[in-house]
Amino acid sequence: MSASFGLLVVFLVGLTLVAVPLGRFIALVLDGALPAPVRKVESLLFRLAGVDVAESMPWPRYAASVLVFNLLGLLVVYVLQRLQGALPLNPAQLPGVGPEVAFNTAVSFASNTNWQAYAGETTMSHLTQMVALTTQNFVSAATGIAVLTALVRGLRAEKSPGLGSFWVDLSRSTLFVLLPLSVVLALVLASQGVVQTFAANVKVATLEGAEQTLAVGPVASQVAIKQLGTNGGGFYNVNSAHPFENPTPVTNLLELLAILLIPAALCFSFGHLVRDRRQGWALYATMVALFVPLAGLTLWAEHQPTAALSMTGVDVSGGNMEGKEVRFGVGASALWAVATTAASNGSVNAMHDSFTPLGGLGPMWLMQLGEVVFGGVGSGLYGLLVYAVLAVFIAGLMVGRTPEYLGKKVGAFEMKMASLAVLFPSAAALLGTAVACVLPEGVAAVGNGGAHGFSEMLYAFSSGANNNGSAFGGLTVNGPFYAIAIGLVMLVGRYWVIVPVLALAGSFAARRRVPPSSGTLPTHGPMFVVLLAFVVALVGALTFVPALALGPVVEHLTR
Amino acid sequence: MASISSRALFEPAIVKQALVDSVRKLSPARMVKNPVMFVVELGSAFTTLLFVHALVTGAGDAPWPFTLAVAVWLWFTVLFANFAEAMAEGRGKAQAQSLRAARKDVMAKRLAEPRHGAAVEQVSSSTLRKDDVVLVEAGDIIPSDGEIVEGVASVDESAITGESAPVIRESGGDRSAVTGGTRVLSDWLVVRIRVEAGQTFLDRMIGMVEGAKRQKTPNEIALDILLAGLSLVFLLATVTLRPFSAYAVTASGSGAVVTLTVLVALLVCLIPTTIGGLLSAIGIAGMDRLIQANVLATSGRAVEAAGDVDVLLLDKTGTITHGNRQAWALLPAPGSTELELASVARLASLADETPEGKSIVTLADSKKAATPDASGAQFVTFTAQTRMSGVDLGSRRIRKGASDAIERWVTEAGGQISPETRRAVEDVARQGATPLLVAENARIIGVVQLKDVVKAGIRERFVELRRLGIKTVMVTGDNPLTAAAIAAEAGVDDFLAEATPEAKLALIRKYQAEGHLVAMTGDGTNDAPALAQADVAVAMNSGTQAAREAGNMVDLDSNPTKLLEVVRIGKQLLMTRGALTTFSIANDVSKYFAIIPAAFVGTYPSLAALDVMRLHSPTTAVLSAVIFNALIIVGLIPIALRGLTARPAPAPELLRRNLLVYGLGGLLLPFPFIKLIDVTLAAMGVS
Repeated sequence: MSASFGLLVVFLVGLTLVAVPLGRFIALVLDGALPAPVRKVESLLFRLAGVDVAESMPWPRYAASVLVFNLLGLLVVYVLQRLQGALPLNPAQLPGVGPEVAFNTAVSFASNTNWQAYAGETTMSHLTQMVALTTQNFVSAATGIAVLTALVRGLRAEKSPGLGSFWVDLSRSTLFVLLPLSVVLALVLASQGVVQTFAANVKVATLEGAEQTLAVGPVASQVAIKQLGTNGGGFYNVNSAHPFENPTPVTNLLELLAILLIPAALCFSFGHLVRDRRQGWALYATMVALFVPLAGLTLWAEHQPTAALSMTGVDVSGGNMEGKEVRFGVGASALWAVATTAASNGSVNAMHDSFTPLGGLGPMWLMQLGEVVFGGVGSGLYGLLVYAVLAVFIAGLMVGRTPEYLGKKVGAFEMKMASLAVLFPSAAALLGTAVACVLPEGVAAVGNGGAHGFSEMLYAFSSGANNNGSAFGGLTVNGPFYAIAIGLVMLVGRYWVIVPVLALAGSFAARRRVPPSSGTLPTHGPMFVVLLAFVVALVGALTFVPALALGPVVEHLTR
Repeated sequence: MASISSRALFEPAIVKQALVDSVRKLSPARMVKNPVMFVVELGSAFTTLLFVHALVTGAGDAPWPFTLAVAVWLWFTVLFANFAEAMAEGRGKAQAQSLRAARKDVMAKRLAEPRHGAAVEQVSSSTLRKDDVVLVEAGDIIPSDGEIVEGVASVDESAITGESAPVIRESGGDRSAVTGGTRVLSDWLVVRIRVEAGQTFLDRMIGMVEGAKRQKTPNEIALDILLAGLSLVFLLATVTLRPFSAYAVTASGSGAVVTLTVLVALLVCLIPTTIGGLLSAIGIAGMDRLIQANVLATSGRAVEAAGDVDVLLLDKTGTITHGNRQAWALLPAPGSTELELASVARLASLADETPEGKSIVTLADSKKAATPDASGAQFVTFTAQTRMSGVDLGSRRIRKGASDAIERWVTEAGGQISPETRRAVEDVARQGATPLLVAENARIIGVVQLKDVVKAGIRERFVELRRLGIKTVMVTGDNPLTAAAIAAEAGVDDFLAEATPEAKLALIRKYQAEGHLVAMTGDGTNDAPALAQADVAVAMNSGTQAAREAGNMVDLDSNPTKLLEVVRIGKQLLMTRGALTTFSIANDVSKYFAIIPAAFVGTYPSLAALDVMRLHSPTTAVLSAVIFNALIIVGLIPIALRGLTARPAPAPELLRRNLLVYGLGGLLLPFPFIKLIDVTLAAMGVS
């Protein structure tokens, strides 16, 4: 077990060391501080696309641009799936995807969720994977960075309504952050044995002499962005447990770092962008403070033998190895599970359904916290900033001032938007689960009975509503009910947060900045970190404790 | 009004009225303004219906005694919250009583023309319109607020200010405003009425004190939204429990679906009823405390803004210094001694009734100066032309006055000023003090240093303010040299010298443009623009009507130092609100531990492990949580009414302390209390 905790420490130290310089780089990119030749190419591209680089959109226009762009992306993914049978790059001759699953998948990839109601290698053609899905992997992550950038501009502005140009933010995030990082990671992964080819299948003779068909394809390129963009949608159905996606412990560690890399780096970018690096460190520290205990819980729980296995007389000293890859072992699997749910990534290298009840509770609760512990690319940080607004509101009053964050007063409108942004994903998760509990279609899809069945439903809706995309397993989700219900929940969880966040940004932008004094609540010290972590945990706990009590908690207690 | 500050928290008469009012406030039309408590009222009504249903059918949602108990305690929760509000209002109303006594209808002498001696018509004060002109004579009560057109009179304003000493009011200048309800003691005044009937200062004051026309402040609205948002989250968490529970019952094959009664109980326990119930009481009580400090705010918004103020513009005179220069040191000229100077200066000031003159006598006495016989003395009074005063005693002609005036006088008499004395004069001026030359016949005896004396303890107040992050700026008409010296002595952060009303206004605008919130005090008509511009503007009650209308607070004591108190009260109001919100939310954790195991132990017996308080039974567990939730509102009424003790400390320190007390305290405190209530219920035979 100590080796697993050692891995956690090494992982976090390594993450911090890489994230700090990357954060600075991203801040420069978002501020448009690019080398002259790059600027020239960029301005040519913008001219071709008819984008006015100098435009500063007020929040309704920024929000409209985000929504229109995402809607178009969603439509493209839907149409490509439906028509893939008649389109090229389909060596396996896969037919068009059914309407419910196509809708679910379109929403899923546009919203950076990557919930997969399908098995990739047997459902999606290479064209769909590359043009529809991988494109969304990039632009959905870039959308998150853009919305975050708009919020930062709102906080930085001095009584001017502009939040910058969505098109510029989107392009810069994609071209100068996501694309180069993905190219590097894809090449490294390919060097480690991750598959990258246009061929459909490889036929091999097994040791027994039987013939086996192995699905292959452009895997490395998709895996790189799936991890970096907190997407998580794998090329294969078993995702990162598949040896062609994640062959070795080295690729496992690299992909693990890639999962949290950009969400972590954006904290430091934030510090640079608001001209106070301590603010970025405080937000990063809050994320780590919430991450470590839950990672510890899952690591500890997975090192405990399961009751069922202990009774068989098998050696269980290694902990709970059910549903885990031998090449990763308990530690790397459990750490992956918390990392992928802390970030709204959702890729899996082990079966979460087979985790011990407490081991599964960690990942589930990390999602229910609203995906703000690292969270999605961009979305995790803007989500945490919404919580920061709530935290300063309550705590700010306690120091005898009307609350402010980074010099911006928090008034009624800000409170309304922050409340909505927190409320919608939770509402979607709870109501979705409740509907599934009463509908026969909902209950029928459950793989296990009892409290575990409830956990499966709760996990699915929590994953969708918080745009994680991680699957617990056990639940059959390609039926019409779950495809549509989770599709809707994903829409709510993504866009009904983005719009309030942009409204918040717009409202902040129009306000005057109040200079700090010794009467101002500092938002960079350890005190604030504790407070913010406490608010996130408390809101998450108060919302989901009853539900969790009927799921993983009961399971744990009745072992 | 002095008696008000000593009023007991729970005065029987107020409590009695508040009990009645808390029932009256159950009207849904009133409750709907408070979203959290409205939800509780709906829950109370709903459980009452469930009870009736269970009683009639014999088999309802839950056993009827249990439903009844929950319903009763939910109603109590609403009533307790209403009681808190009614208590706060009641305390205000009691204060309004004494004011109302002053607002009785009086007969006014309306003048046909705005001059003394015009035809008089007797009318009721309630029929007076704006711009009517009335005559008020000795013994009359001034019928309404107005501006003096003609006359000088002494006025007893004790009905408003509580101050029994009469004040002089006269036309023109900064003391021309009179307030309805005050009484003219001597002479007469011709007053132009400035407000319509029913809108006088007194009327507005009564309205504010009673909290009748209270509007929610911006911060209250924002907090209300947060509380409503939280309530919605909890509504979802409880509503969805019904299908979750139904699924669990089917899956486990044991137990019963959670009852609606328990769900309503859980909902009410979770939504922030503590702060929701006390929120308006906190606001009213904040206003109340301001009035106890004899400050009247025109809106709650102003009180809130006072907590945010980070720049204080303070008039030098009256706030920082005593406002009159006093003799501070005696600097003898070459050839004379301090004792001689003291003796001569004393003689020159014997007939000088100004504070400066008196202070010279006091200083000379402290030097044990010999007292010459002053009989037969001819006193020379000060005039603006000569700019000196003094005394002729036989052949001794003694003068004191401005240095240039005395110098001229001595030169005319054939004397001259020595270079040493001239240097002494310049030194004194450089220190920001005023040099006064004393001469006898043609000889200059020495220099008396007159100094603006900084009030005792004011320096410490500024240090305190700095710790709170508040910048102090001294405003004075003095020259920059004098201003700098006093500013350094008083320890203010900055000063504005040779201040004109325009410069003052520009300074406020400058700070506001930098994002600061500015507070100031003022009394003169020429202060009005600056008062109107400042975020918190405290007008002196002794000031002009224009100043009083431009400000958003009026200090009845006309004490400029009061601004510091106003800031403290504003901060206290916000802190109380924040602390009780934190407390309320932190409380929820314990209630989960009480209710969740109780609600689901039938379905999943293993959930009993969550019952960390080891409560007697599911019934007592739910009831204990509900009862605690109701009683804590009553328990916190004193804090809501009195406010948190706002010790001045920097923000991080305040946050740490309040988080520890109200955050951690709120988390832990309910556990023992819920257990205690549970034990009591079990002892009473509830099972």
